Amino acid sequence: MKIGSGMKLEAIVLGLIMLFIAAFAYTASTGNHDWSGADSQAEGVISDLTGGSYTPWYQSIYEPPSGEIESLLFALQAAVGSLIIGYFLGYYRAIAKAKAVSAAPDGDRKQDA
Amino acid sequence: MHIMEGFLPHPWWEIWFALSLPVVAYGVHRMNRMIKDNRETLPLLAVAGAFVFVLSSLKLPSVTGSCSHPTGTGMGSIIFGPWITSVLAVIVLVYQAVFLAHGGLTTLGANVFSMGIAGPMVGYLVYRAAMRSGLHLFLAVFLAATLADWATYLVTALQLALAFPAASGGAYASFEAFAAVFAITQVPLAAVEGAVTALMFKYIVELRSDVLVRMNVVSAKAVAVLKEAAA
Repeated sequence: MKIGSGMKLEAIVLGLIMLFIAAFAYTASTGNHDWSGADSQAEGVISDLTGGSYTPWYQSIYEPPSGEIESLLFALQAAVGSLIIGYFLGYYRAIAKAKAVSAAPDGDRKQDA
Repeated sequence: MHIMEGFLPHPWWEIWFALSLPVVAYGVHRMNRMIKDNRETLPLLAVAGAFVFVLSSLKLPSVTGSCSHPTGTGMGSIIFGPWITSVLAVIVLVYQAVFLAHGGLTTLGANVFSMGIAGPMVGYLVYRAAMRSGLHLFLAVFLAATLADWATYLVTALQLALAFPAASGGAYASFEAFAAVFAITQVPLAAVEGAVTALMFKYIVELRSDVLVRMNVVSAKAVAVLKEAAA
């Protein structure tokens, strides 16, 4: 079953992503940014607000030993997620197709096989 | 939105745990009942959880010259509501706290509250309101996911502001300081998350609109309108 007007939504989403990339390119070209994480910038604000007196009272039980290993674990997280999404969407698509084929007259079934 | 390990002082880390725990417990209860009553929801639940996994692993650059990440919780909150989505968020946040030193176990309560409860709650309410007002289905999904993402970060700023009130101006002044870090950075990211969620939702409606109609996520009428537009 097809819904929506063809690939219109895909085109809009692609356009928005292009805009996002353009905004990144423009920002990158207009000055020196360190592209650090907003989460760690919040640490800086805490330090400003407390005059640097706040020390975390608990340390992470494990820290990736290097940036490489950290990016490995992030990539793994994304890969597992993508695998699950792709598996189920493919599974649904195949079921929909099998139903359509078995519902079709015999001639069509032979052609499809 | 990850508040780093050890960065919430007493009593705040306990307060956020106390607020999050009952919601997650109720979410687990709802999830078990849903899976037992209705096995056909299980693949969709896996997809919604996997969607949170993928999106929250992507750290994207923003117009402020810093990086942040989407949450991916909009999809879950639209299909399953905020209770069950909170459980999906717990899984991701525990993984990131234990293996990636992103967020933390002591701040888990606060992070679950922002990403797993407050954001999804906003997403769910926005989606329901948008559908009632007759907005196009995909536009409703876009708005819900975008605002769920943005609300998550505003709640994080609020949590930090409450824990670290400024010497002059108090919690309100520090909310402005924390929101300055998160709010603008998150706007383009939230919009992209909303768009990608709408696209993902389109594929799910294409394939399993029957399940979504039975779960009362979309009306049979809305699906018929979409089919008509394609014909």
